[in-house]
Amino acid sequence: MDIKVLGTGCANCKATIALIDQIAKAKGVAVKLEKVEELRDIMGYGVMSTPGVVINGKVVHAGGIPSREKVEQWLAVA
Amino acid sequence: MTTLTSASKTWPARQPIVFLVLAAGAWLALYQTLEPAAEALVAAMPVDRASHLGGALQFFFYDTPKVLLLLTGVVFVMGMINSYFTPERTRALLAGRSEGVANVMAASLGIVTPFCSCSAVPLFIGFVQAGVPLGVTFSFLISAPMVNEVALTLLFGMFGWKVALLYLGLGLSVAIVAGWVIGRLKMEAYLEDWVRDMPKMAAQFEEIGMTLADRIQGGFSAVREIVGKVWPYILVGIAVGAGIHSYVPEDYMASFMGREAWWSVPLAVVIGVPLYSNAAGVIPIVQALLAKGAALGTVLAFMMSVIALSLPEMIILRKVLKVRLIATFVGVVATGILLVGYVFNAVL
Repeated sequence: MDIKVLGTGCANCKATIALIDQIAKAKGVAVKLEKVEELRDIMGYGVMSTPGVVINGKVVHAGGIPSREKVEQWLAVA
Repeated sequence: MTTLTSASKTWPARQPIVFLVLAAGAWLALYQTLEPAAEALVAAMPVDRASHLGGALQFFFYDTPKVLLLLTGVVFVMGMINSYFTPERTRALLAGRSEGVANVMAASLGIVTPFCSCSAVPLFIGFVQAGVPLGVTFSFLISAPMVNEVALTLLFGMFGWKVALLYLGLGLSVAIVAGWVIGRLKMEAYLEDWVRDMPKMAAQFEEIGMTLADRIQGGFSAVREIVGKVWPYILVGIAVGAGIHSYVPEDYMASFMGREAWWSVPLAVVIGVPLYSNAAGVIPIVQALLAKGAALGTVLAFMMSVIALSLPEMIILRKVLKVRLIATFVGVVATGILLVGYVFNAVL
Protein backbone atom coordinates (compact mmCIF):
# COMPACT_ATOMS: atom_id res chain seq x y z
CA MET A 1 0.00 0.00 0.00
CA ASP A 2 1.48 3.26 -1.12
CA ILE A 3 0.58 6.19 1.12
CA LYS A 4 1.69 9.75 0.58
CA VAL A 5 1.08 12.54 3.05
CA LEU A 6 1.00 15.96 1.43
CA GLY A 7 2.03 18.92 3.49
CA THR A 8 4.55 21.71 3.81
CA GLY A 9 5.76 20.56 7.21
CA CYS A 10 3.46 22.07 9.79
CA ALA A 11 2.48 20.29 12.99
CA ASN A 12 -0.72 18.79 11.53
CA CYS A 13 1.17 17.15 8.69
CA LYS A 14 3.67 15.58 11.06
CA ALA A 15 0.86 14.40 13.32
CA THR A 16 -0.89 12.78 10.36
CA ILE A 17 2.20 10.80 9.39
CA ALA A 18 2.76 9.72 12.97
CA LEU A 19 -0.87 8.63 13.25
CA ILE A 20 -0.82 6.54 10.05
CA ASP A 21 2.51 5.02 10.98
CA GLN A 22 1.32 4.11 14.47
CA ILE A 23 -1.93 2.51 13.30
CA ALA A 24 -0.21 0.64 10.46
CA LYS A 25 2.31 -0.84 12.89
CA ALA A 26 -0.41 -1.74 15.39
CA LYS A 27 -2.37 -3.56 12.70
CA GLY A 28 0.73 -5.10 11.14
CA VAL A 29 -0.10 -3.63 7.71
CA ALA A 30 2.83 -3.06 5.38
CA VAL A 31 2.75 0.48 4.04
CA LYS A 32 5.15 2.60 2.09
CA LEU A 33 4.75 5.93 3.83
CA GLU A 34 6.08 8.97 2.05
CA LYS A 35 6.03 12.69 2.79
CA VAL A 36 5.44 15.08 -0.09
CA GLU A 37 6.58 18.59 0.78
CA GLU A 38 7.23 20.18 -2.59
CA LEU A 39 4.40 22.57 -3.43
CA ARG A 40 4.53 21.72 -7.10
CA ASP A 41 3.88 18.08 -6.31
CA ILE A 42 1.18 18.85 -3.77
CA MET A 43 -0.66 21.01 -6.30
CA GLY A 44 -0.32 18.20 -8.83
CA TYR A 45 -2.86 16.26 -6.78
CA GLY A 46 -5.28 19.17 -6.79
CA VAL A 47 -5.23 19.40 -3.01
CA MET A 48 -6.05 22.79 -1.54
CA SER A 49 -5.96 22.13 2.18
CA THR A 50 -3.12 20.32 3.82
CA PRO A 51 -2.51 17.80 5.24
CA GLY A 52 -3.63 15.66 2.35
CA VAL A 53 -3.49 11.88 2.11
CA VAL A 54 -3.02 10.01 -1.16
CA ILE A 55 -3.38 6.21 -1.24
CA ASN A 56 -2.21 4.31 -4.32
CA GLY A 57 -2.46 7.49 -6.34
CA LYS A 58 -5.91 8.57 -5.20
CA VAL A 59 -6.64 11.51 -2.88
CA VAL A 60 -8.62 10.18 0.07
CA HIS A 61 -8.40 13.09 2.47
CA ALA A 62 -7.62 16.81 2.53
CA GLY A 63 -7.62 19.28 5.37
CA GLY A 64 -6.97 18.64 9.05
CA ILE A 65 -5.70 15.51 10.74
CA PRO A 66 -7.77 12.50 9.64
CA SER A 67 -9.73 10.73 12.36
CA ARG A 68 -8.55 7.42 13.73
CA GLU A 69 -11.59 5.66 12.25
CA LYS A 70 -10.77 6.94 8.80
CA VAL A 71 -7.16 5.79 8.93
CA GLU A 72 -8.25 2.36 10.17
CA GLN A 73 -10.73 2.09 7.32
CA TRP A 74 -8.04 2.87 4.76
CA LEU A 75 -5.68 0.32 6.24
CA ALA A 76 -8.40 -2.31 6.53
CA VAL A 77 -8.65 -2.46 2.74
CA ALA A 78 -4.97 -3.46 2.43
CA MET B 1 -16.26 12.11 5.43
CA THR B 2 -17.41 8.51 5.39
CA THR B 3 -20.21 7.42 7.63
CA LEU B 4 -19.38 5.01 10.44
CA THR B 5 -20.78 1.51 10.34
CA SER B 6 -23.90 1.19 12.43
CA ALA B 7 -22.17 -1.11 14.91
CA SER B 8 -19.86 1.64 16.10
CA LYS B 9 -22.22 4.64 15.73
CA THR B 10 -22.65 6.68 18.86
CA TRP B 11 -26.12 7.98 19.67
CA PRO B 12 -25.60 11.55 18.37
CA ALA B 13 -24.89 9.98 15.00
CA ARG B 14 -28.06 7.94 15.08
CA GLN B 15 -30.32 10.76 16.31
CA PRO B 16 -28.67 13.95 15.07
CA ILE B 17 -31.61 16.28 15.52
CA VAL B 18 -32.42 15.06 19.02
CA PHE B 19 -28.77 15.50 19.93
CA LEU B 20 -28.63 19.06 18.62
CA VAL B 21 -31.76 20.12 20.50
CA LEU B 22 -30.61 18.52 23.76
CA ALA B 23 -27.12 19.95 23.41
CA ALA B 24 -28.47 23.46 22.86
CA GLY B 25 -30.69 23.14 25.90
CA ALA B 26 -27.90 21.83 28.10
CA TRP B 27 -25.58 24.60 26.93
CA LEU B 28 -28.08 27.32 27.75
CA ALA B 29 -28.84 25.85 31.16
CA LEU B 30 -25.15 25.64 31.98
CA TYR B 31 -24.61 29.21 30.88
CA GLN B 32 -27.24 30.48 33.30
CA THR B 33 -25.60 28.84 36.27
CA LEU B 34 -22.17 30.35 35.71
CA GLU B 35 -22.47 33.62 37.60
CA PRO B 36 -24.17 32.20 40.71
CA ALA B 37 -21.72 29.28 40.67
CA ALA B 38 -18.73 31.62 40.60
CA GLU B 39 -20.09 33.68 43.50
CA ALA B 40 -20.79 30.52 45.49
CA LEU B 41 -17.26 29.26 44.87
CA VAL B 42 -15.67 32.47 46.08
CA ALA B 43 -17.99 32.62 49.08
CA ALA B 44 -16.81 29.14 50.07
CA MET B 45 -13.19 30.28 50.11
CA PRO B 46 -11.45 31.98 53.04
CA VAL B 47 -11.28 35.27 51.14
CA ASP B 48 -13.05 38.59 51.55
CA ARG B 49 -15.25 39.04 48.50
CA ALA B 50 -14.71 42.81 48.50
CA SER B 51 -10.92 42.55 48.54
CA HIS B 52 -8.67 42.66 45.48
CA LEU B 53 -8.11 38.93 45.70
CA GLY B 54 -11.82 38.26 46.11
CA GLY B 55 -12.61 40.36 43.05
CA ALA B 56 -9.90 38.71 41.00
CA LEU B 57 -11.02 35.22 41.96
CA GLN B 58 -14.68 35.91 41.14
CA PHE B 59 -13.63 37.34 37.77
CA PHE B 60 -11.54 34.27 37.05
CA PHE B 61 -14.13 31.72 38.19
CA TYR B 62 -16.89 33.39 36.22
CA ASP B 63 -15.04 34.28 33.04
CA THR B 64 -13.06 31.08 32.52
CA PRO B 65 -15.98 28.66 32.19
CA LYS B 66 -18.03 31.34 30.46
CA VAL B 67 -15.49 31.88 27.72
CA LEU B 68 -14.74 28.16 27.39
CA LEU B 69 -18.46 27.40 27.13
CA LEU B 70 -19.00 30.13 24.55
CA LEU B 71 -16.00 28.99 22.58
CA THR B 72 -17.06 25.34 22.60
CA GLY B 73 -20.53 26.28 21.39
CA VAL B 74 -19.33 28.61 18.67
CA VAL B 75 -16.52 26.33 17.45
CA PHE B 76 -18.94 23.40 17.30
CA VAL B 77 -21.47 25.35 15.23
CA MET B 78 -18.73 26.73 13.01
CA GLY B 79 -17.33 23.24 12.60
CA MET B 80 -20.70 22.21 11.22
CA ILE B 81 -20.95 25.29 8.99
CA ASN B 82 -17.41 24.68 7.74
CA SER B 83 -18.47 21.34 6.37
CA TYR B 84 -20.71 23.21 3.91
CA PHE B 85 -17.99 25.60 2.80
CA THR B 86 -15.07 23.55 1.66
CA PRO B 87 -12.25 25.40 -0.14
CA GLU B 88 -13.43 23.70 -3.34
CA ARG B 89 -16.91 25.15 -3.04
CA THR B 90 -15.60 28.59 -2.07
CA ARG B 91 -13.37 28.53 -5.08
CA ALA B 92 -16.25 27.56 -7.35
CA LEU B 93 -18.30 30.42 -5.96
CA LEU B 94 -15.55 32.95 -6.64
CA ALA B 95 -14.09 31.83 -9.96
CA GLY B 96 -14.63 34.22 -12.81
CA ARG B 97 -16.65 36.76 -10.82
CA SER B 98 -15.96 40.43 -11.41
CA GLU B 99 -14.05 42.29 -8.73
CA GLY B 100 -15.86 44.42 -6.23
CA VAL B 101 -18.67 41.99 -5.52
CA ALA B 102 -16.19 39.14 -5.56
CA ASN B 103 -14.01 40.88 -2.98
CA VAL B 104 -16.97 41.19 -0.63
CA MET B 105 -17.89 37.54 -1.17
CA ALA B 106 -14.31 36.39 -0.73
CA ALA B 107 -13.89 38.27 2.53
CA SER B 108 -17.20 36.92 3.83
CA LEU B 109 -16.41 33.38 2.75
CA GLY B 110 -13.09 33.70 4.57
CA ILE B 111 -15.03 33.65 7.81
CA VAL B 112 -16.88 30.39 7.18
CA THR B 113 -14.33 28.42 5.17
CA PRO B 114 -12.00 26.34 7.31
CA PHE B 115 -8.50 27.71 7.11
CA CYS B 116 -5.21 26.62 8.58
CA SER B 117 -2.22 28.84 7.83
CA CYS B 118 -0.24 25.92 6.45
CA SER B 119 -2.94 25.55 3.80
CA ALA B 120 -2.60 29.19 2.80
CA VAL B 121 -0.30 28.42 -0.09
CA PRO B 122 -2.01 25.39 -1.65
CA LEU B 123 -5.25 27.29 -1.32
CA PHE B 124 -3.79 30.39 -2.96
CA ILE B 125 -2.50 28.39 -5.90
CA GLY B 126 -5.72 26.45 -6.20
CA PHE B 127 -7.69 29.68 -6.44
CA VAL B 128 -5.33 31.17 -9.01
CA GLN B 129 -5.49 28.01 -11.12
CA ALA B 130 -9.25 28.17 -11.27
CA GLY B 131 -9.26 31.75 -12.42
CA VAL B 132 -10.14 33.55 -9.21
CA PRO B 133 -8.73 37.08 -9.70
CA LEU B 134 -5.61 37.88 -7.66
CA GLY B 135 -7.20 40.68 -5.64
CA VAL B 136 -10.17 38.47 -4.74
CA THR B 137 -7.83 35.71 -3.58
CA PHE B 138 -6.10 38.23 -1.38
CA SER B 139 -9.39 39.38 0.14
CA PHE B 140 -9.93 35.78 1.16
CA LEU B 141 -6.38 35.37 2.41
CA ILE B 142 -6.64 38.44 4.62
CA SER B 143 -10.04 37.72 6.10
CA ALA B 144 -9.62 33.98 6.71
CA PRO B 145 -6.99 34.03 9.44
CA MET B 146 -8.00 37.36 10.90
CA VAL B 147 -11.78 37.24 11.10
CA ASN B 148 -12.23 33.84 12.64
CA GLU B 149 -14.72 32.50 15.12
CA VAL B 150 -12.16 32.15 17.90
CA ALA B 151 -11.21 35.83 17.76
CA LEU B 152 -14.84 36.91 17.58
CA THR B 153 -15.98 34.65 20.38
CA LEU B 154 -13.18 35.68 22.68
CA LEU B 155 -13.82 39.34 21.99
CA PHE B 156 -17.52 38.84 22.60
CA GLY B 157 -17.01 36.82 25.75
CA MET B 158 -14.49 39.13 27.28
CA PHE B 159 -15.36 42.57 25.99
CA GLY B 160 -18.95 42.48 24.85
CA TRP B 161 -20.83 42.23 21.58
CA LYS B 162 -20.04 45.78 20.42
CA VAL B 163 -16.30 45.14 20.36
CA ALA B 164 -16.80 41.82 18.62
CA LEU B 165 -19.09 43.35 16.00
CA LEU B 166 -16.62 46.15 15.43
CA TYR B 167 -13.76 43.74 14.92
CA LEU B 168 -15.91 41.79 12.46
CA GLY B 169 -16.94 44.86 10.49
CA LEU B 170 -13.53 46.47 10.42
CA GLY B 171 -11.76 43.21 9.65
CA LEU B 172 -14.03 42.55 6.69
CA SER B 173 -13.54 46.12 5.46
CA VAL B 174 -9.77 45.81 5.56
CA ALA B 175 -9.97 42.48 3.73
CA ILE B 176 -12.33 43.78 1.05
CA VAL B 177 -10.60 47.08 0.38
CA ALA B 178 -7.04 45.80 0.62
CA GLY B 179 -7.82 42.91 -1.70
CA TRP B 180 -9.54 45.23 -4.14
CA VAL B 181 -6.61 47.67 -4.10
CA ILE B 182 -4.12 44.89 -4.74
CA GLY B 183 -6.31 43.73 -7.60
CA ARG B 184 -6.28 47.22 -9.14
CA LEU B 185 -2.50 47.27 -8.98
CA LYS B 186 -2.43 44.45 -11.53
CA MET B 187 0.47 42.62 -9.99
CA GLU B 188 -0.09 39.23 -11.61
CA ALA B 189 3.42 39.49 -13.00
CA TYR B 190 4.77 39.17 -9.48
CA LEU B 191 3.52 35.66 -8.96
CA GLU B 192 6.37 33.20 -9.10
CA ASP B 193 6.76 31.89 -12.64
CA TRP B 194 6.01 28.30 -11.78
CA VAL B 195 2.66 29.33 -10.34
CA ARG B 196 1.62 31.11 -13.48
CA ASP B 197 2.74 28.12 -15.50
CA MET B 198 0.52 25.75 -13.57
CA PRO B 199 -2.25 24.29 -15.67
CA LYS B 200 -5.58 26.02 -15.48
CA MET B 201 -8.21 24.07 -13.66
CA ALA B 202 -11.92 24.08 -13.89
CA ALA B 203 -13.53 25.24 -10.69
CA GLN B 204 -16.30 22.68 -10.55
CA PHE B 205 -16.36 20.38 -7.59
CA GLU B 206 -18.29 17.29 -6.72
CA GLU B 207 -20.76 17.52 -3.92
CA ILE B 208 -19.71 14.78 -1.50
CA GLY B 209 -22.84 13.64 0.23
CA MET B 210 -22.69 14.51 3.89
CA THR B 211 -25.33 13.62 6.40
CA LEU B 212 -26.23 15.75 9.40
CA ALA B 213 -24.55 13.12 11.55
CA ASP B 214 -21.31 13.59 9.60
CA ARG B 215 -21.49 17.32 10.11
CA ILE B 216 -21.98 16.82 13.85
CA GLN B 217 -18.81 14.73 13.81
CA GLY B 218 -17.16 17.67 12.06
CA GLY B 219 -18.32 19.89 14.89
CA PHE B 220 -16.86 17.52 17.46
CA SER B 221 -13.47 17.33 15.75
CA ALA B 222 -13.36 21.09 15.44
CA VAL B 223 -13.94 21.43 19.18
CA ARG B 224 -11.30 18.81 20.00
CA GLU B 225 -8.81 20.45 17.69
CA ILE B 226 -9.42 24.13 18.40
CA VAL B 227 -10.57 24.31 21.99
CA GLY B 228 -8.13 21.54 22.81
CA LYS B 229 -5.30 23.66 21.50
CA VAL B 230 -6.36 27.05 22.73
CA TRP B 231 -7.64 26.57 26.29
CA PRO B 232 -4.28 27.19 28.03
CA TYR B 233 -4.07 30.59 26.36
CA ILE B 234 -7.55 31.41 27.53
CA LEU B 235 -6.75 30.46 31.11
CA VAL B 236 -3.65 32.63 31.05
CA GLY B 237 -5.54 35.45 29.39
CA ILE B 238 -8.30 35.49 31.93
CA ALA B 239 -5.89 35.14 34.83
CA VAL B 240 -3.98 38.14 33.50
CA GLY B 241 -7.24 40.03 33.08
CA ALA B 242 -8.36 39.13 36.57
CA GLY B 243 -5.08 40.32 38.02
CA ILE B 244 -5.13 43.55 36.11
CA HIS B 245 -8.74 44.40 36.84
CA SER B 246 -8.16 44.08 40.51
CA TYR B 247 -4.61 45.19 41.07
CA VAL B 248 -3.21 47.54 38.42
CA PRO B 249 -4.29 51.18 38.68
CA GLU B 250 -6.52 52.66 35.98
CA ASP B 251 -5.14 54.66 33.10
CA TYR B 252 -1.71 53.13 33.39
CA MET B 253 -1.57 52.64 29.63
CA ALA B 254 -3.37 55.83 28.70
CA SER B 255 -0.24 57.91 28.59
CA PHE B 256 1.30 56.13 25.64
CA MET B 257 -1.56 54.24 24.12
CA GLY B 258 -4.43 56.58 24.73
CA ARG B 259 -6.03 58.26 21.78
CA GLU B 260 -4.31 61.58 22.35
CA ALA B 261 -1.02 60.05 21.30
CA TRP B 262 -1.43 60.17 17.51
CA TRP B 263 1.57 57.95 17.00
CA SER B 264 0.14 55.14 19.08
CA VAL B 265 -1.77 53.61 16.16
CA PRO B 266 1.17 53.35 13.74
CA LEU B 267 3.32 52.13 16.59
CA ALA B 268 0.80 49.45 17.45
CA VAL B 269 0.61 48.28 13.83
CA VAL B 270 4.38 48.26 13.39
CA ILE B 271 4.90 46.29 16.60
CA GLY B 272 2.22 43.87 15.51
CA VAL B 273 3.71 42.98 12.14
CA PRO B 274 6.68 40.86 13.25
CA LEU B 275 4.75 39.38 16.16
CA TYR B 276 2.73 36.33 15.47
CA SER B 277 0.08 34.75 17.52
CA ASN B 278 -3.17 33.01 17.00
CA ALA B 279 -6.30 34.85 18.05
CA ALA B 280 -6.35 33.33 21.52
CA GLY B 281 -2.77 34.15 22.35
CA VAL B 282 -3.10 37.86 21.68
CA ILE B 283 -6.18 38.28 23.85
CA PRO B 284 -4.31 38.50 27.19
CA ILE B 285 -2.39 41.42 25.79
CA VAL B 286 -5.55 43.03 24.44
CA GLN B 287 -7.15 42.54 27.83
CA ALA B 288 -4.29 44.22 29.62
CA LEU B 289 -4.07 47.14 27.23
CA LEU B 290 -7.79 47.87 27.19
CA ALA B 291 -8.28 47.59 30.90
CA LYS B 292 -5.67 50.15 31.57
CA GLY B 293 -6.63 52.97 29.28
CA ALA B 294 -5.41 52.14 25.80
CA ALA B 295 -7.77 53.41 23.14
CA LEU B 296 -9.97 50.73 21.55
CA GLY B 297 -8.99 51.63 17.98
CA THR B 298 -5.30 51.29 18.78
CA VAL B 299 -5.80 47.96 20.48
CA LEU B 300 -7.91 46.49 17.67
CA ALA B 301 -5.31 47.69 15.17
CA PHE B 302 -2.63 45.92 17.16
CA MET B 303 -4.65 42.73 17.34
CA MET B 304 -5.38 42.70 13.61
CA SER B 305 -1.77 43.43 12.79
CA VAL B 306 -0.53 40.55 14.92
CA ILE B 307 -2.96 38.01 13.48
CA ALA B 308 -3.23 39.07 9.84
CA LEU B 309 0.41 39.82 9.14
CA SER B 310 2.56 36.99 10.33
CA LEU B 311 6.18 36.36 9.53
CA PRO B 312 5.74 32.58 9.20
CA GLU B 313 2.97 33.08 6.65
CA MET B 314 5.07 35.57 4.67
CA ILE B 315 7.92 33.09 4.57
CA ILE B 316 5.61 30.42 3.22
CA LEU B 317 4.05 32.83 0.73
CA ARG B 318 7.53 33.61 -0.58
CA LYS B 319 7.32 30.30 -2.39
CA VAL B 320 4.54 31.60 -4.60
CA LEU B 321 4.90 35.36 -4.57
CA LYS B 322 7.82 37.55 -5.52
CA VAL B 323 9.11 39.87 -2.84
CA ARG B 324 7.53 42.95 -4.36
CA LEU B 325 4.06 41.43 -4.18
CA ILE B 326 4.57 40.32 -0.61
CA ALA B 327 5.78 43.79 0.31
CA THR B 328 2.74 45.30 -1.40
CA PHE B 329 0.48 42.89 0.45
CA VAL B 330 1.99 43.81 3.82
CA GLY B 331 1.95 47.50 2.98
CA VAL B 332 -1.65 47.65 1.83
CA VAL B 333 -2.98 45.60 4.74
CA ALA B 334 -0.93 47.53 7.30
CA THR B 335 -2.24 50.79 5.87
CA GLY B 336 -5.79 49.49 6.02
CA ILE B 337 -5.39 48.47 9.63
CA LEU B 338 -3.84 51.85 10.39
CA LEU B 339 -6.81 53.68 8.93
CA VAL B 340 -9.17 51.46 10.88
CA GLY B 341 -7.35 52.31 14.09
CA TYR B 342 -7.48 56.05 13.47
CA VAL B 343 -11.06 56.22 12.29
CA PHE B 344 -12.19 54.22 15.22
CA ASN B 345 -10.35 56.31 17.76
CA ALA B 346 -11.73 59.46 16.14
CA VAL B 347 -15.31 58.24 16.01
CA LEU B 348 -15.57 56.96 19.54
